[in-house]
Amino acid sequence: MKLQAKNIELKFDGNSVLKNISIAIDKNELVGLIGPNGAGKTSLLRVLANLQKYDSGELLLNEQAINSINRKQLAKHISYLAQGAPAHWPLEVYRLVALGRLPYLNPWSNLSAEDNAVIAQAMALAEIEHLSGRIVSTLSGGERLRVLIARMFATQSNIILADEPIAALDPYHQLHTMELLREHCDRGGSSVVVLHDLNMAARFCHRLVLIDQGNIAFEGKPDCVLQTENIAQVYGIETQILHTESGMTIIPKSRTSN
Amino acid sequence: MTSRPLLLIVLLATFTAAIFIVELTTGPSSIDFSNVFMNLINPEDIDQNGPNSGALNAGSTSVGLGLDSIIFLEIRLPRALLAVSIGATLGLAGAALQGLLRNPLAGPGLMGVSNCAALGAVIALYFGWSGVSIYAVPIAGMTGAALSVLMIFLLAGQNSSIMTLLLAGVAVNAVASSLISLALNLAPNPYAMSEMVFWLLGSIANRSMSDFYLALPFMLVGWLLILTSGRFLNALSLGEDTAQSLGFHLGRERGIIISGVALSVGAAVSVSGNVGFVGLLVPHLLRPLVGHEPGRLLLASALGGALLVLLADVAVQSFTPGHELKLGVVTALVGGPFFLYLIIKTRNSLI
Repeated sequence: MKLQAKNIELKFDGNSVLKNISIAIDKNELVGLIGPNGAGKTSLLRVLANLQKYDSGELLLNEQAINSINRKQLAKHISYLAQGAPAHWPLEVYRLVALGRLPYLNPWSNLSAEDNAVIAQAMALAEIEHLSGRIVSTLSGGERLRVLIARMFATQSNIILADEPIAALDPYHQLHTMELLREHCDRGGSSVVVLHDLNMAARFCHRLVLIDQGNIAFEGKPDCVLQTENIAQVYGIETQILHTESGMTIIPKSRTSN
Repeated sequence: MTSRPLLLIVLLATFTAAIFIVELTTGPSSIDFSNVFMNLINPEDIDQNGPNSGALNAGSTSVGLGLDSIIFLEIRLPRALLAVSIGATLGLAGAALQGLLRNPLAGPGLMGVSNCAALGAVIALYFGWSGVSIYAVPIAGMTGAALSVLMIFLLAGQNSSIMTLLLAGVAVNAVASSLISLALNLAPNPYAMSEMVFWLLGSIANRSMSDFYLALPFMLVGWLLILTSGRFLNALSLGEDTAQSLGFHLGRERGIIISGVALSVGAAVSVSGNVGFVGLLVPHLLRPLVGHEPGRLLLASALGGALLVLLADVAVQSFTPGHELKLGVVTALVGGPFFLYLIIKTRNSLI
């Protein structure tokens, strides 16, 4: 599946949030959206998820205008993980993952044996089978996030859009989450992830899109995008970049004085 | 995993049916049910030996029926049916609003839906529209309920936070209460005022089958609209964005729930007046029993609401015969303290 946004313009109360942004996500790709706070990462992700109306431009899924696709159909192709991974009621984990099957159900039908098999498989992929009977509000942040990722796996959507999934996690769960997303892409899916951790972005993403004030400042392979002068220009910080045997490491040193 | 909620539904339905029968047998005069039963099967054959069997042929609908049957058909039955339908409406509306706003404090009472429906009905009573058409009071009630929910969403704006929506609800409620007070203040005579006050207190005593038939279609449509939204409410527990990404049209689904609440609560309030706290209390009590799932809570809350109002109405008739308390007074007496308890229990988890 190919998700494509062309010349997207978005304004909030007259302020340009996205300025003529074009981006395409292909099969097997894990794309990282990086950039300073307020650059427009979340807005762009919401546009891609068809959650945000934009002022001009077009959004295409496999060369077909997204607005011409039925919402339920679209839900089977694209799933979205909101910032903070909300779960408002203390639901049982299994029932929460089962919500991923909603695009396949009509208002009165129950989960079929096939649905239950898909849910079990999704839970196995996200490694949360042991949490099945737990109440989601009693889980740790890392466990809860994996539950919500399992929910997206249960939807069997090709494209996963995740907004800062690892922001509040410890390193173990950060790695675990990024591995899950990477595996999803290796299985033929694709994913766009908003990230603040440049090291994680460098390690796991196939491609990075660095956003600055509503524009794509730099785009390409992690080592091309993450260069000291690019980072200095967009983030206003000085960094040291080390290439070690375990990959690239970006160390923020100081704010540039301006 | 599916058996427990089903068991709950069966239990609630059984209790509701049992209390429904108790409600039918409760009342100031004792009636002989074998008499009623025989009489209904064979209307011409009146048992002359029964205690209340003096054939009363004055009412044209009751030709050939004994007094017992008349009491049963025209006093007891509408009262019990109204208790069930109004309780179900309030429980269902409470569960739907709490699911929609993802907040256990939401409900038709607190959000001003009940009061706006009451305001609509009071306006209809005040101007004497009820004399023009029997549909005037229920339609005014439903219009009031619909306006309240619309106003809440307009006040809070698009993509509003849950807290803003609740605040808007409280504000709408305050405006409705003040306008009701204004109507009472301007009442043309003490008699009209006491009529409105008694109506506002909330009661299902002395209602007829035609009251029930009048409200029923609107309540049925409202229930149906709300019950079809179970899946959407479940999806909403992951937030509005995620619900949308799961294939739900946010505006349309919200509209369905709002119309359902407005239709059913408007119709219910226009027959019974304000029966408070049922919509707040019932979903809250039952939520843990259905695994906190908003979709599953709907049917359970409808049954729970019916059960609670039946119980309250039986209590009203049994404990203070002669000077009957109003149903709304009793539910508020029970609900008020419960609401306080709810605040104390959740004050630490409210953001």
